[in-house]
Amino acid sequence: MNIPAQPMATSSVSVGSGESRVSKAKDKVKMNAQGVKVFYGDAQAINGIDLDIYENEVLAFIGPSGCGKSTFLRCLNRMNDTIDICRVEGKITLDDNDIYAADRDVVLLRAQVGIVFQKPNPFPKSIYENIAYGPRLHGLARRKAELDDIVESSLRRAGLWDEVKDRLDKPGTGLSGGQQQRLCIARTVAVSPDVILMDEPCSALDPIATAKVEQLIDELSESYTIVMVTHNMQQAARVADRTAFFHMGDLVEVDSTDQIFTNPQDQRTHDYITGRFG
Amino acid sequence: MSISIEQRRQHRLMTIEKSLAKRHRKENAFRRMGLLAVVTGMTLVAILFVSILMRGVPAFWQATFYTDVYFDPEVIQLEPKPERERGESQFDFNERYSQWLTRAGLVNWQTLIDNALEEALGEEVEPRQLRDLRALVTSGERYALRDRFIEDPSLLGQTVELKMLASANVDVWLKGNISRDLPDARQQLSAQTRGWADQLEEQGVIRNAFSTSLFLNTDSRSSLASAGLAGAFMGSLFMMIVVIALSVPLGVSSAIYLEEFAPKNRLTDLIEININNLAAVPSIVFGLLGASIFIGYLRLPLSAPLVGGLVLTLMTLPTIIIATRASLRSIPPSIRQAALGIGASRVQTVFHHVLPLALPGILTGSILGVAQALGETAPLLLIGMNAFVANVPGTPLEQSTALPVQIYLWQGNELRNFFEARTSAAIIVLLGLMLSLNALAIWLRKKFETRW
Repeated sequence: MNIPAQPMATSSVSVGSGESRVSKAKDKVKMNAQGVKVFYGDAQAINGIDLDIYENEVLAFIGPSGCGKSTFLRCLNRMNDTIDICRVEGKITLDDNDIYAADRDVVLLRAQVGIVFQKPNPFPKSIYENIAYGPRLHGLARRKAELDDIVESSLRRAGLWDEVKDRLDKPGTGLSGGQQQRLCIARTVAVSPDVILMDEPCSALDPIATAKVEQLIDELSESYTIVMVTHNMQQAARVADRTAFFHMGDLVEVDSTDQIFTNPQDQRTHDYITGRFG
Repeated sequence: MSISIEQRRQHRLMTIEKSLAKRHRKENAFRRMGLLAVVTGMTLVAILFVSILMRGVPAFWQATFYTDVYFDPEVIQLEPKPERERGESQFDFNERYSQWLTRAGLVNWQTLIDNALEEALGEEVEPRQLRDLRALVTSGERYALRDRFIEDPSLLGQTVELKMLASANVDVWLKGNISRDLPDARQQLSAQTRGWADQLEEQGVIRNAFSTSLFLNTDSRSSLASAGLAGAFMGSLFMMIVVIALSVPLGVSSAIYLEEFAPKNRLTDLIEININNLAAVPSIVFGLLGASIFIGYLRLPLSAPLVGGLVLTLMTLPTIIIATRASLRSIPPSIRQAALGIGASRVQTVFHHVLPLALPGILTGSILGVAQALGETAPLLLIGMNAFVANVPGTPLEQSTALPVQIYLWQGNELRNFFEARTSAAIIVLLGLMLSLNALAIWLRKKFETRW
């Protein structure tokens, strides 16, 4: 039981960078969850979660498979609405507005809270069309030139511009896996959301592509609030300001990444990050 | 404990090897069975096509007379075609014109044909042999002469080379579809007529010519040689228009609603089961339904392509709905999530992303459904489309028959040795239509297919 308090020797450097990030994080609450419970039919997947998400922070959700972290993430922009048997209780706010309120338009919510999925899922259309779809949908660009600007700046933010600028009319599905994922991030960025949710964005990518996406997350956190689910604890340690540990539908512990990995308060967190289970 | 690890290893390998041989045998047997099934299927299709082509293709060419016809003024005792005179009312003119038409109809046009045949044979035909002579040319030709003259009265006194269809029996005789060894009593033509037919063929007066009548004429009972498919073709065309106009939009939109928007509950489950059941309902039952609802209750006209189209729409709808739903379901949910995640509404997600991707499948399903409807016969019999109709329908409300029904009617005709070939020819036309529809389906699928 007496395991050294420094479970991950390699994490010291990245946690260090995390520390500097913590100081950057503002205290303004962007999203807030109170007593969130999620049911799939009769089965309860989440048992009541209270959580604050601060503006411009990178918050990582970690935990073993089936612990409810993805489910909770998908509550934050109501992607769970698409599952018929899914029921959400409790209250989630964005800028103090209840996102599950009856008069809340889910389309507007998703324009404010974008999402990037586990598997890259570009539309089977050109790279340009992939990015332009969202802005066009929301009427963000009046003229073609504006749209071109949005496409370019989004691709630049996703670090993809130099790789694809000569083949914007080629299908997005023809890119490599890592490029596709960055395309999907660019697509989300193009709508200029406040919050970007990422559901294990690197799990289908090789280490080099993963490194690129992680770097991207780091850059994006300057202007966006990012909530990501990850299976990879080193990744959480590398990119997240704060980390939340989920277990069996409970939010066990949330604290600065440094704190979680070096000095977890809960025994379950400790066991998980030291590799006892999960 | 006495068995060493090495022995166990050997034993294990041998066991696997033994089972391997068995597996390979099974796999090979299965592969051979599959190949056999494919070969059997292909052979049967090939036999079908070859036999239909061998029987049907000769029917596209028919024994045809090429003779000089003299528009004899002594036979055609008619005043000039009336022209509307100055100061004459339209009514008076119509009256005069229709009287002229009546008199033109009373002219013995057959005499012109008789004279032309006598000329070609180079002999005087005795009045008692006229019957034999008149068995040579199909009876519809005298009306063709009349119509030609009414069209152009300046033909009076002129000699024109005309194509006239030989009668069905002559066609059968010359093509050898009836044995020449049969005794007179069992022949369809008298010895005299048969002799003349042979003689005229030898002279080159009767030639085997491409039969336009098959495509341009309607069905006929008096002039069998000129019976054609025009009426049935138009009837089928009108029905297809009705089917496409109704079943594709209805079927595709109900499938989209059921698949993408409808809540999944007992009611929608029930609807789904019933749609699947409807697809398995025998088509003749739809005919009964159509007869009682569209004709019995709504009082729509009997034998009309509109009613046929409505019945076939009912029959095609489940096919199209099932094909469309399957096609929609095959679109990966990740595309829907991607669109929703950017903030597209559900309708936008469906119409911008899901539907374009599902389009090839939807088109294929719809066209195959429509092609199936095109070949359907049974329900049409129950709404009176097996009636004998000698007009080409001008609207979907006029009486008409349909291609498959025409095939059914012809194959039941008593003049077997003539209509057997003609039935096969009609089947070739129908199959040609089907194949072009299927080719269209394949082309559309290729055109709209998106590479992933």
